[in-house]
Amino acid sequence: MKGFEPQIVAFCCLNCAYSAADLAGSMRRQYAPNVRIVEIPCTGAIDQGVLLQAFEEGADGVFVAGCLEGDCRYQQGNIRAKKRLKALQKILDETGLGGERLEMFNLSAAMGVRFAEIADEMTSRIRSLGPSPLKRKWKGSAPE
Amino acid sequence: MIIAEQKPLAEIAGFVKDCERVLVAGCGGCVTVCLSGGEKEAEILAGALRIKRRIEGRPLETVTYTAPRQCDPEFIEAMDCVVQGVDAVISLACGVGPQYLAERYPDLPVYPAQNTKFAGGSRAHGVWEEYCGLCGDCILHRTGGICPVIRCPKSIQNGPCGGSQKGKCEINRDLDCVWQLIYDRLKRLGRLDLLKEVAPLKDWSKSRDGGPRRVIREDVMI
Ligand code: SF4
Ligand code: SF4
Repeated sequence: MKGFEPQIVAFCCLNCAYSAADLAGSMRRQYAPNVRIVEIPCTGAIDQGVLLQAFEEGADGVFVAGCLEGDCRYQQGNIRAKKRLKALQKILDETGLGGERLEMFNLSAAMGVRFAEIADEMTSRIRSLGPSPLKRKWKGSAPE
Repeated sequence: MIIAEQKPLAEIAGFVKDCERVLVAGCGGCVTVCLSGGEKEAEILAGALRIKRRIEGRPLETVTYTAPRQCDPEFIEAMDCVVQGVDAVISLACGVGPQYLAERYPDLPVYPAQNTKFAGGSRAHGVWEEYCGLCGDCILHRTGGICPVIRCPKSIQNGPCGGSQKGKCEINRDLDCVWQLIYDRLKRLGRLDLLKEVAPLKDWSKSRDGGPRRVIREDVMI
């Protein structure tokens, strides 16, 4: 869609992805400005309801970024998050929003460049999917 | 506890397709423990329904409320204010909850969000299994604490059927033959004599053939 700039919310674990995003900044590595970062204590703490809320409140895409598998500070948090996201992707498919608008990534605090790549990857994926169907205007409905 | 599993979203959405505002009612009892109908699941279901309906161009308004239990009148009464102005109620409780709600709110449609499965427990995180058939006349004292009524596919009461092979059940090779389990356990306990006792006929009149069962206790009435 012409002029469409995706709004993407990234829930980033403070032990890895959040620092990686910081590092990308210190390295002056450019990445898509469409990503808004929310710091979380561990991806295992992510609530499926909060992810749904992000979509309801206007996100075109959401990603959750945690530590590399095997490196979670709380041992299993990222593995659990992966399973929960998979279940939520199924729910998103059932709603018609599409599970592909939600993704999980794994990276370490040292991977600033990878963070920038993820932000770009997700932005181009959502750009090709187009705006969230929740933003579609329906005849007679109030503008969002 | 009662184990329940949520119905597919499309089925639940179908129940309320003509509604504009619904109450999504969670239950703080068994279904919270088996992670299918508590506060969290109620929020997720409500969110998913709202998203689906907005995409379809007919937004749905939801109110969520999770009662400590939906199987006690006093907790249902507390819902009187949250049902104001809703077109229907979706209950995430076991099959008891929707019925209590339907009784309390005669003018409101009440829909079940769950398929209520069985009385059982968790075997591991995310795995639940049936353990009791609620037969009303427990015989676990004779069977080493292992229930043949529900854990034997044929509910055989007096020793294994002819299909028990190498400890496995003929109906499903992944299942242990429950009578093998009973035998092994009684042997370990030195109580094989229990198997020699001629058991009285099981009193099925206490089971589910005579309509809904009731327990009445004067001592706890107030
Ligand atoms: S014998 Fe009856 S009451 Fe006892 S566990 Fe089995 S089904 Fe339940
Ligand atoms: S093999 Fe055992 S558990 Fe299976 S039906 Fe026969 S007696 Fe019941």
